[in-house]
Amino acid sequence: MEQTNFQLKKQDAQSDEWEAQLHHATKATREDWIGRGISYFCIGIIILVVASMLWFITSKGIATFTQNHVSLWKFLSGTNWAPDQGQTGALPMILGSFAVTFAAAIVATPFAVGTAIFMTEISPNKGRKFLQPVIELLVGIPSVVYGFIGLAVIVPFMRHLVGGSGFGIISATFVLFVMVLPTITSMTVDSLRAVPRFYKEASLALGATRWQTVSRVILRSATSGILTAIIFGMARAFGEALAVQMVIGNAAIMPKNLISPASTLTSQLTTGIGDTIDGTLPNNALWSLALILLLMSLVFNALVRIIAKRGQLKHER
Amino acid sequence: MLKQYSFEKTAVQTFDDKTSLAIKTEDLQVFYGQNHAMFDANLAFPKNQITALIGASGSGKSTYLRSLNRMNDGIATVTGKIWYHGVNINEPGVNIYEIRRHIGMVFQRPNPFAKSIRENIVYALRANGLKKKAELEERVEQSLKGAALWDEVKDNLDKSALSLSGGQQQRLCIARSIAMAPDVLLLDEPCSALDPISTVKVEETLLELQKKYSIIIVTHNMQQASRISSQCAFFHLGHVMEYVPTGTMFSNPQIPVTQDYIAGSFG
Repeated sequence: MEQTNFQLKKQDAQSDEWEAQLHHATKATREDWIGRGISYFCIGIIILVVASMLWFITSKGIATFTQNHVSLWKFLSGTNWAPDQGQTGALPMILGSFAVTFAAAIVATPFAVGTAIFMTEISPNKGRKFLQPVIELLVGIPSVVYGFIGLAVIVPFMRHLVGGSGFGIISATFVLFVMVLPTITSMTVDSLRAVPRFYKEASLALGATRWQTVSRVILRSATSGILTAIIFGMARAFGEALAVQMVIGNAAIMPKNLISPASTLTSQLTTGIGDTIDGTLPNNALWSLALILLLMSLVFNALVRIIAKRGQLKHER
Repeated sequence: MLKQYSFEKTAVQTFDDKTSLAIKTEDLQVFYGQNHAMFDANLAFPKNQITALIGASGSGKSTYLRSLNRMNDGIATVTGKIWYHGVNINEPGVNIYEIRRHIGMVFQRPNPFAKSIRENIVYALRANGLKKKAELEERVEQSLKGAALWDEVKDNLDKSALSLSGGQQQRLCIARSIAMAPDVLLLDEPCSALDPISTVKVEETLLELQKKYSIIIVTHNMQQASRISSQCAFFHLGHVMEYVPTGTMFSNPQIPVTQDYIAGSFG
């Protein structure tokens, strides 16, 4: 003990010099401080922006209930939407949003999974060369273009097919189908590619056919990834405003069927927000719709996290 | 620097008509695109024996093994003939799924599915059309007993296969293969990811299994080859250099390249 202490003690003038040098900041340590400072600054700004947005939407959104004293239950279950006359039943829009979201997801998922299987299992080369760019292109097309195509093609088509105006949930579903398809497809492709190769080999070596291998082993072990993809697609559909607004008809009434004009939370927001005065009930009611959108996207996020966690547990070895 | 050995000088045994063979290859060649990975492999494997394929990394032994049950389909081009029960199974019209049910394979890395122990075995049986529950249960028990795993897992058949140890997982993979009642079992370095104790268990299992199955095993481990195999083939840079009874291989190798490899000069 004594001896080691002795060695650690300062011995002469040179070790004083050493100590000064070791405690002195150099260019390298200063670079570290600056780098850390920059990233803390950026993250701080972003946290501030997100937090203030949450606070802003929440405070505006609950004003309907706190200032205008509309009951929450009436807001959520009322079917009559005419905020300028004091009627704030948001159920038609809530239903409309959920209807187009689920319908689009249900229609898009089989196509997306089929495409993804083709791209990963059946023809990986063609998939990478041709389909991947096509899907990336589909993601990049602005939503107003989708809406315009829907307005010019799908709405008249539905009008011819089933009569009526052609505006409605079904037209919105088709537009959203094309819009969420690339999202679900590309994420499904990622999750299929992430399935360990040895699962596939194990299955094939047992004499299972390609179909059996894909349907019972590969899809099974990619399930959590595919569910995540579907939820991301649904989040996109739920939040899509412009394209939906252009084809759904924007009638804030309870949707009776799939082919009569209806509206969604987003379409009502985009059509209504310019016509209201800040601080009045019509304006506050729209903020409440926005709050519902925000809460739903939090729910979608939470679902993704829960599913990811489950999937992880399953693959732990 | 690796010494240059002549590929002309080889010592490959053949078997007379009296020996019943499990599988035999004639002029088997494998190409990965432009890369010629296997040259003219002429090997015959006697029934109900363990044959070991040894050689350094990249010698083509795994490539050769994977060709035998057509696992190289879509990965490499395999030419030449593979005789199995009098049929050349290296032909386009052959049903590869049927072949793989008769020629099972166990891989280097234990690769059970992320399912329960029972489901791992039942999976292929179901895929093959077996539906009756009692029969499935029976096969599960038999194959687990065959792979010497039954006593360790019989109370936990519904537990995830991934919760087993590496050695147990590998024996589960063997069980999964023999549940299909194959007659040839191919093993691609089955013990390289296992600890010595698990390795001993797998080896004991294989020695027991050779009574019912013909086994071809690729191994990095020369001691393992000498412990369990009856015949032994030495691969070098895509060529079969020597194929003799295992005793001869390790006590009296016939050609210089094998002598050097056995002596540990390279590999």
